[in-house]
Amino acid sequence: MIKISGIYKSFGTTPVLKNISTEFKPGKTNLIIGKSGAGKTVLLKLLVGLIAPNKGQIFYDQVDFLQLKKKDLRTLRMKVGMLFQGSALFDSLTVEENIRFPLDMFTEMTKKEKSDRVNTCLNRVSLDGINSKFPSELSGGMQKRVGIARAIVLNPSYLFCDEPNSGLDPKTSLVIDELIKDITIENNMTTIINTHDMNSVMEIGDNVVLLHEGEICWQGNKDEIMASDNEILHDFIFASPFLQRLRNAAVSNGFHI
Amino acid sequence: MVITKLLNHLGKYLILMGNAFSKPEKTSMYYREVIRQMHDIGVGSLIIVFIISLFIGAVTAIQFAYQLDGTLVPDYYIGYVVRDMTIIELAPTITCLVLAGKVGSNMASEIGGMRQKEHIDAMEIMGVNTAAYLIMPKVLAAVIIIPILVAIAAFVSIGGGFIASVPTGLLSGQEFVMGLRSFFMPYNVFMMFVKSFVFAFLLTSISCYQGYNVKGGSIELGKASTNAVVISDIMILLADYLIAVVLI
Repeated sequence: MIKISGIYKSFGTTPVLKNISTEFKPGKTNLIIGKSGAGKTVLLKLLVGLIAPNKGQIFYDQVDFLQLKKKDLRTLRMKVGMLFQGSALFDSLTVEENIRFPLDMFTEMTKKEKSDRVNTCLNRVSLDGINSKFPSELSGGMQKRVGIARAIVLNPSYLFCDEPNSGLDPKTSLVIDELIKDITIENNMTTIINTHDMNSVMEIGDNVVLLHEGEICWQGNKDEIMASDNEILHDFIFASPFLQRLRNAAVSNGFHI
Repeated sequence: MVITKLLNHLGKYLILMGNAFSKPEKTSMYYREVIRQMHDIGVGSLIIVFIISLFIGAVTAIQFAYQLDGTLVPDYYIGYVVRDMTIIELAPTITCLVLAGKVGSNMASEIGGMRQKEHIDAMEIMGVNTAAYLIMPKVLAAVIIIPILVAIAAFVSIGGGFIASVPTGLLSGQEFVMGLRSFFMPYNVFMMFVKSFVFAFLLTSISCYQGYNVKGGSIELGKASTNAVVISDIMILLADYLIAVVLI
């Protein structure tokens, strides 16, 4: 579980996050949503320690993340996997070398064990046999899946995904969402996803946190979204003119949305 | 304002170097990277170093022969001057200035590109000490391989002096060799290696610092690459002066 309490972050005199407190539970897909500039990426970067907050605390299973010494921080980070928006695969390494990188760096496994582990991870993301390809030879969706394979190679307890669906078609997005959801349940990981993809929210949103102007303005699960009367939430969900027309048509036909 | 900025950069540079030279997570990974970098810097720079050294030696010989024309200084001094000019000054300084342009800008672009593509963030989140993994092998490789390149440059430069002066009839081969063997001080070779070691450290560490701290897009990456070359060159020339003052 990851718990944050009283997080405040500003850049210069501009506050980006104001007094954010919430919990992200294991075995659940926790989604952070919000408009561009709402502070989603900053919150995710704070959670993984890429930037530090001005105030507040972050707990990884009772461990105060911000008070950790460098060495302990590195040990904890080995339990963290992250999928980046652009996948962040190392261009000069093959798929196998990319996935094997954390194993090479942190484990004493034999070559055979590493190779088996890489193949297991590739199999898990349905990409068997692409070991020798380079990232530039893969499609965007495949790169994301390789990114997931690399993120889970050390069996992390926490998985962070920054815009996992960006640049992907709706079908591929669905595949990525389902993959993240399944892996989260299988490994009982605490998964935090930063997204503004409404399909993801409605498909895998076990715990959805809506950020608005640096504050949490709504929190609940995907089933509670429609029942909520939070205007900011509804403005965000039905921002697309197509969805607005659909909602208006539904309401005019006597359905309540 | 400028001094504050300079001190700020100096502080950040020293902190980065402190992090870069901390204990590696896994020595074998770093060792492999050092070997790869030695190959890239050494083999990759051999041709340019060879060409530049050859011409520097040739020009030194011809210029000195021109200065000696009509004087009572014996011709074999051409060999002597080419040797000492090359060993003390031209081989280490010119080679490292050229390498700052070739290797330094390459390192700044490589690390800066990794910063922009979130590769460095990805490594950080894995628990890798990115300063150490990305910078230490490059600096170590450079301080090992660049002195060797400088030694090669010195030999080639002397060869260039020979080619430019002997076949053209400026002096005989025997005179050139006699010049090479006259007034030789092994201490000058020591000085050459001290210079090349210090210059190698400066050009790689400054370039890595510039690349590691890139923020923004391609324009900033280009600026970082240019800064890496310009600042490395200035620091090499400053260090050249200081070493000359201290060691001579």
